Amino acid sequence: MSTNPAPDLVIADAVVNAPGPRRRQRTQTLEAMLFLSPWIIGFILFTAGPIIASLVLSFMKWDVISPAKWVGLANYKQLFNDPLLLKALANTVYYAALSIPLHIIVALGLALLLNQKVKAMPIFRTIFYLPSLTSGVATFLLWGNIFEPQAGLLNRFLRNFMENPPGWLMDPAWSKVALVIMGTWAVGSTMLIFLAGLQGIPGQLYEAASIDGARPWSQFRNVTLPMLSPTIFFNVIIATIGCLQVFAQAFVLTRGGPSNSTMFYVYYLFNRAFVYFDMGYASAMAWLLFAIVLVLTVIQMRMAKRWVHYG
Amino acid sequence: MVEHTKRINKITVYILLIGFSILFAFPFLWMVGTSLTPGELVLDRNRPFIPMQPAWSNYNEALTVLPFATFLKNTLIISIMCVIGQTVSASLVAFAFARLKFPGRDALFVMVLATMMLPGQVTMIPTFIMFTIPGWIDSLKPLIVPAFFGGGAFFIFLLRQFFLTIPTELEDAARIDGCGSFGIYRHVILPLSKPALTAVALFSFMGHWNDFLGPLIYTQSEENKTLALGLSAFKGLHGTEYHLMMAASVAVLLPVIILFFFSQKYFVEGVVTSGVKG
Repeated sequence: MSTNPAPDLVIADAVVNAPGPRRRQRTQTLEAMLFLSPWIIGFILFTAGPIIASLVLSFMKWDVISPAKWVGLANYKQLFNDPLLLKALANTVYYAALSIPLHIIVALGLALLLNQKVKAMPIFRTIFYLPSLTSGVATFLLWGNIFEPQAGLLNRFLRNFMENPPGWLMDPAWSKVALVIMGTWAVGSTMLIFLAGLQGIPGQLYEAASIDGARPWSQFRNVTLPMLSPTIFFNVIIATIGCLQVFAQAFVLTRGGPSNSTMFYVYYLFNRAFVYFDMGYASAMAWLLFAIVLVLTVIQMRMAKRWVHYG
Repeated sequence: MVEHTKRINKITVYILLIGFSILFAFPFLWMVGTSLTPGELVLDRNRPFIPMQPAWSNYNEALTVLPFATFLKNTLIISIMCVIGQTVSASLVAFAFARLKFPGRDALFVMVLATMMLPGQVTMIPTFIMFTIPGWIDSLKPLIVPAFFGGGAFFIFLLRQFFLTIPTELEDAARIDGCGSFGIYRHVILPLSKPALTAVALFSFMGHWNDFLGPLIYTQSEENKTLALGLSAFKGLHGTEYHLMMAASVAVLLPVIILFFFSQKYFVEGVVTSGVKG
């Protein structure tokens, strides 16, 4: 451990830094390799091949039917001269910047509510999870109905308060916001992970805090948030990776429109790959996104040192 | 006075719970309503939310048009096998990352996460070609076997986060008692991680129960298809038969809802508390 460990791993190190240095360390490394072997073998067998293939393809021109041709850096050079790609990247960043905080806050709020001790909680938890279960293509249809500018449910409701409610999916200024709302609807998984995290906070901590006279808000600030920080960290990283790859809503509901306002990065990549059959360019796009997400994740892991507490 | 505030708090909690429930149950109730609407009324904008005379026959029709028994069997095989494979192998791998010290751990962990960062759209074709090599196309193998090899970055990361929060005193005590790493994994970490393991098992089950893309790519013959694929068939059969599609969707969804409901008892508080005294 001569170099800097990733910050959030430091505490785990302290855990296992027991006496009996050399020999113990060697046994533990060996044990670790055994525990890791399923992933390592799976990575070599199932994951590495396709990843390497896509990397090689990013230096080629391939229409899926005729043989691939080596073109060197041409695809990557094209990336930086593609106005639609820039627009797609901007759309995606806009979507993620709205979606990630909203997603985390809503999921945490709902999980706190579901963590209360009242009767019939299993029923409420099941109902709260329903939107995530029904989030398939079937309900995209329903969302189309809800967001419909004239007769849609949402605008019929909003007309009670305002003259001209937004056109939602039909309006380039509001289409991304509509998709953010739709995405936030299905926070069930994030909510459930928060709930599992809340269950792991020892009750004594709250008892101790309330004996010290801590009000609910300060209990939340000083007990819940720090104890939940590993879970928050997880959900933020996963939401970042997921939101930057937003695809399904645009694919099913908006087809990238109106006027490319929901042309998200991966939807554009998908079009390049499977509509224009330009697999080489799509692969180069994928690796650019990969680099962006990787850098963001590593930054988040470094920052985690300051706010994530384990054990 | 304290009792009084407590009661007000409880009432507020119930009001919030019920309010959100109405909001969140809405898409499902809409699906149920549509599934009970007679076919000729489905596209009528002004039809009632829940029809006056529910057409229960939609369910009969929806579940007899396709070989649902075969689809159900395949879906169950895939889902159950993947739950076992992913929960076991992801927890083993996560244990190493959370509790063992070895050179290169941090770099390897970033690599695990990195497997989530490349959009699947560009690895789809290479993956398909790869599974033609052992001749696995049109079988359930490409959908099941990989689950046993690590269980995927999402679950490894999730379990690692939970394993890291378990107090070290318990592990130290077990080591002094002569417990090896596997013993600690089996007798200390796993029993204390029930909520997280339950979440992993649920996500795994639901993910594979509803998975559409995987079976679409890797299965061809009728005898290997799954429920999720069966649902999409309603689009092709006679235009889009929304009422039948919704009836089938509700029927497919019900087992998952029931499973979710009954898994709650593993979401009990104080699991960690019971281990640490004083």
